[in-house]
Formats: sequence, C-alpha cells, structure tokens
Amino acid sequence: MEVVLALLVGLLVAASVYLMLARNLLRFVFGLVLLSNAANLVIFTAGRLTPATPPLVPEGMKAPPEVVANALPQALVLTAIVIGFGLLAFALALLFRGYQALGTLDSDAMRIAEPKPEETGEDEAGQGTAKS
Amino acid sequence: MSWLLTLPIMLPIMTAVLAFLLRRKRPAGHWISVAGSLALLAVSIALFIAVWQQGVLAAQMGLWPAPFGITLVADLLSAVMVVITAVTGLAVSVYALAEIGPRRERLGYHALFQVLLAGVSGAFLTGDLFNLYVWFEVMLIASFGLLVLGGNKAQLDGGIKYVALNLVSTVFFLMGIGLLYGLTGTLNLADLHGAVRAVENQGLVTSLAVLFIIAFGIKAAVFPLFFWLPAAYHTPPVAVSAVFAGLLTKVGVYALIRMFTLVFTEDSAYTHNLLLVVAAFTMVTGVLGAAAQNEFRKILSFHIVSQIGYMILGLALYTPLALVGAVFYLVHHIIVKANLFLVSGVSRRLTGSFELARIGGLYKSSPLLALLFLVPAFSLAGFPPLSGFWAKYLLIKASLDIDAYLIAAIALIVGLLTVYSMTKIWAEVFWKPHPQGRSPALSRLGRRERAALLLPVAGLAALTVAIGLYPEPFVAFAERSAAQLLNPAGYVRAVLGGGQ
Repeated sequence: MEVVLALLVGLLVAASVYLMLARNLLRFVFGLVLLSNAANLVIFTAGRLTPATPPLVPEGMKAPPEVVANALPQALVLTAIVIGFGLLAFALALLFRGYQALGTLDSDAMRIAEPKPEETGEDEAGQGTAKS
Repeated sequence: MSWLLTLPIMLPIMTAVLAFLLRRKRPAGHWISVAGSLALLAVSIALFIAVWQQGVLAAQMGLWPAPFGITLVADLLSAVMVVITAVTGLAVSVYALAEIGPRRERLGYHALFQVLLAGVSGAFLTGDLFNLYVWFEVMLIASFGLLVLGGNKAQLDGGIKYVALNLVSTVFFLMGIGLLYGLTGTLNLADLHGAVRAVENQGLVTSLAVLFIIAFGIKAAVFPLFFWLPAAYHTPPVAVSAVFAGLLTKVGVYALIRMFTLVFTEDSAYTHNLLLVVAAFTMVTGVLGAAAQNEFRKILSFHIVSQIGYMILGLALYTPLALVGAVFYLVHHIIVKANLFLVSGVSRRLTGSFELARIGGLYKSSPLLALLFLVPAFSLAGFPPLSGFWAKYLLIKASLDIDAYLIAAIALIVGLLTVYSMTKIWAEVFWKPHPQGRSPALSRLGRRERAALLLPVAGLAALTVAIGLYPEPFVAFAERSAAQLLNPAGYVRAVLGGGQ
C-alpha cells in the first residue's frame, strides 16, 4: 500500500511540475493544487498506514489495547488541507483580479512591476499615499 | 511565566481585531495600531529581560507535556528577534500614520499589519515544526493581503509572483515536515535534536536537510531562489515594503539558523558547505543586481538579497564567532533596512518619484533627510563606527580565523560594491540638482505629517548609531546567544524537562 501511495505522490508531483512550468498562470495554480495534495499524501503515508484500526479507546480503559492508527498525521493533514484551501482560494482570486487589471495570464507578458530597461518610463509603482 | 511567552502573539492579534472593528473610524483606527505596537514592544522587552536573567524559557500550551503538545520557547535569539520585530512594527506603524490613506485603512491595512506582526512573533517563539508552518502561513496570508491592498496594476503584478513562489516554498516545507515526522516520529524541535541523531540512515536526514534548505531558502531569498523578492518589494506602499524588507526574509533566515544549529548538525560538512556556496552566490548576485538598477526601492530590494548572504555566511561557517556575527548581523540589518525603505518613502514624498533620474536636490533643500539617509546607508555598507561595520567585522574575522580567505575576500568586495550602490543613490537623489529645478524642502510637509514620517527614521538611525558606538553590550548578547545556539542542551532541557 505504501508503494502505491508513494508512486501516486511521484505521479502527482510530476504532473504538477509539468503544469507549473507553463507560462499560463492558471495552469501554474492547478499545478500548485496537485503539489499541495501530493504533500498531504506524503504526510499521510509517512505517518505509517495501519488500515482498519481506528484510534479508539474502549470504555473503562486508559489506552487502546492494540496497535492503532496514528491520529497525529491525520490531524496534520487536516490542518494542511484547511490552510492550503484558504491560500489557493486567495491565489485564484488574486489571479482573477490580475487578469481583470492586466488583461493577461501569461507570466512573460506581466511586466508592469519590472519593465524592460528600454521602456522604463512612468513607473508609478504602488504609490500608496492618500491620493488613491 | 507562560503568559509572557504568549503575549507577543496574543497582543497583536487582539490589536488586529480592534483595528479591524475600527477601520472606518479614521483617527481611532490607526492610533490603535500604534498603541498595539507600543504594547508589543513593552512585552517583548520584558520577555527579553526574563530570558536574559533566567535562561531559556518554555511554556507548554494547554498543559500538554512536550513533545506531545505545542511548545513555545524563547532563547536569546528568539527573544531578541521578537524585540526587533516590535521595534520595526512600532516604527512602521508610526510612519503609516502619514503614509496610508483612508482607502487602504478602510480595507483593513492596520488589522493585516498586526496579524503580520503576530505571525512573525509566533514563528520566532514556537518550538514545534508544524506550528512553525502554521505561523509561516499566518505571516504569508497577511503579507499577501498587505502586498495587493489597494490593487493597482504594479501591485497585482508583483503580488502574483510573490504569492506563486512563496506557495511553492510552503509546499516544500510541508513535505519536509511530513518526511521528517515519518523518519523520527516527532515534530518538537528540542525532541528532534535527539531523535535525528538516532536515525540509522543519516543519508536520508541529509537529503531532508536539503529539502529544508530549499523551503527556507525561498523564504529567505537566497541565490538562486530569490527572484520573487525584487519583483514584488518595490510595488506596495512604503509602509508595507519597509516592514517586509525588515522582517519577512529574516524569518526564513531565523528558521535556517534554528534548524541548522538544533536539528541538522550531524552532516555539517555537506549541509553547511552547501550553505557556504549559497551564501557566496547570494552576496554577489544581490549586489550586482542592485548595481544595475535605477530605482530607489529596487536597489534596496536587491541589497536585501545581498545582505541575506552575509547572515547565511555566518551560519555556514558554523564557528562560535561566525554565529555571533550572524546574530549581530540579523539585528543590525533589520533596523537598517527598514530605515532605508522609510527614507526612500520620505524622499518620494518630497520629490515625487522613486526613479533616480527624475529626482534630486534633496541635500540642498533637506539636509536633515540627507543625514538620516547617510547613517543607515553607510551602516549597510559597513563604515565604522556604525552597526554594519561591527557586523561585517565579526563575520570576516570569523572566516579569516578558519582560513576561509576566499569567502572573506568575497565579503569584502561585496561590501565595496554596496558602497557603490549607496553612493549612486546619494549622488542621484541628494547631490545632483532636481531635474525640474524643484526645491523639495521638508518644510513643505505639514507639521504632523513631518513628525510621523521623520520620527521613525530618526529613531532607527539613532539605534544604528548607538549599536555602532557602544557595540559591547550587543556583542556580549550575541556571544551568549551564539553559545546557546551551539550548545542546545539548555534549550532541550527547558523544553523537555530535566529528566531527558
């Protein structure tokens, strides 16, 4: 089972690297989704797989009688999923806003913050003063 | 004493809640932020004094004993980083009174700023690897918000690159955590100190160490992973980029120092040599990148990268004196760098641009500002008697002590090139006359605005001079802190209790 999951992680990482190498930023974010899921699977698998033994303590006992699944990696994965979900939601919203403002999702075409030397003209970058 | 350890995290979060509720009430909203930062400074100094007197402090959250629960630990390095965070936070929140307009305030600038401070303090104080990940995320999401707040095109452009690369770093960090847990069965840093040594296959530990170098290296903006930094740091308002420049990359450096003095120390011939090469390239590429720029904040952004190299150099040499230098450099750099960004903001206020070609004449019209620029700029370049001189002196002495002549030469040459960039800014912004013949005097600003802009700059400059003229207490502190880092027994005992 570990081998299957390890191969799956490898597959996910490979696919995500392929996606993240694209210039289109939407593909990049999809790659990031796959990569963060691969990371979650890594934590899950690294916590050892013990199928069908939930970590429950029977009534009247202080510790479970036999080897049970490790609950900690699952708690870690749960936290990571929640945080990852929030960050990806932000990334997608930012990308959409960027598309509206910049008119492109091609990372090579996004040169407002770092214009090419010859076109360095008006660089009113982020003047955060009250004038906005 | 556990409340003292939680306060630097709780205070900014409470301030953030208040600031968010009051974000539409203009005068109240931003004074809350200043008051919160002031309180944070008071608490962090109290924490620092406690750590100085009693040694490493640890608190088990929810009374779960380590290594099962989440532990907050403050050794001298953590404590001083929290103090510096508070100092920077206070300076920037005062500066923001004049810089941040009502629109950004309504959008919640002050709340996000305080959450950022909470995240940074949390990252410095936690003694648990997964908890460190969580604080990184708190810090990241607040910094994302601050970076794109207001949403003009350049901010969105820089923000997308910043967000994308930092998210990749986060995933690397998470994978490292998962694999390290699989290898050792613990995530408590003090417990890891022993558990990593017990692993049979040390090759696996070393490869994990490299994974952590990559994850924290992206955060710390080292060569060749720094490209998000110069793409983003010059786009937001100065009150945002100053706090980013001061604190965010340094959290990555802190995490590297923590992991590579406490956890990954067995195969230091490999990992620390790798760090040494990285440090050399970081110093050189950063300073060369800066030399090619012609925009005030872009030059400063590239210099952050170059200076990060010096701190990594201190860690990579891994001798007592080198770590003293690294700690000293961290403290000095945060103050100086945040200050230079603030000065760039004042000069833009007066002259109307960050582009060196479009501004000038500040020396004649505002000599006070010119003086306030000279102090941090010369300190950054390492002129005696300012703080940067001692920081560079310690590091170069440390590398000469172990016959690392090449790296010492690189550090010296990079220092020289730093002078080049600083004199370029000096000549363009201050010395040459303004191209449109304007005379940008400080007196053109209103009195309150002038106070809010100049007080933080002057305060940080005074701190730089003070460290430079009286380095003894700071070096003594850095020595004790480096001794703690090199001999983590006290740290481990404070967390796990005397029995272990």
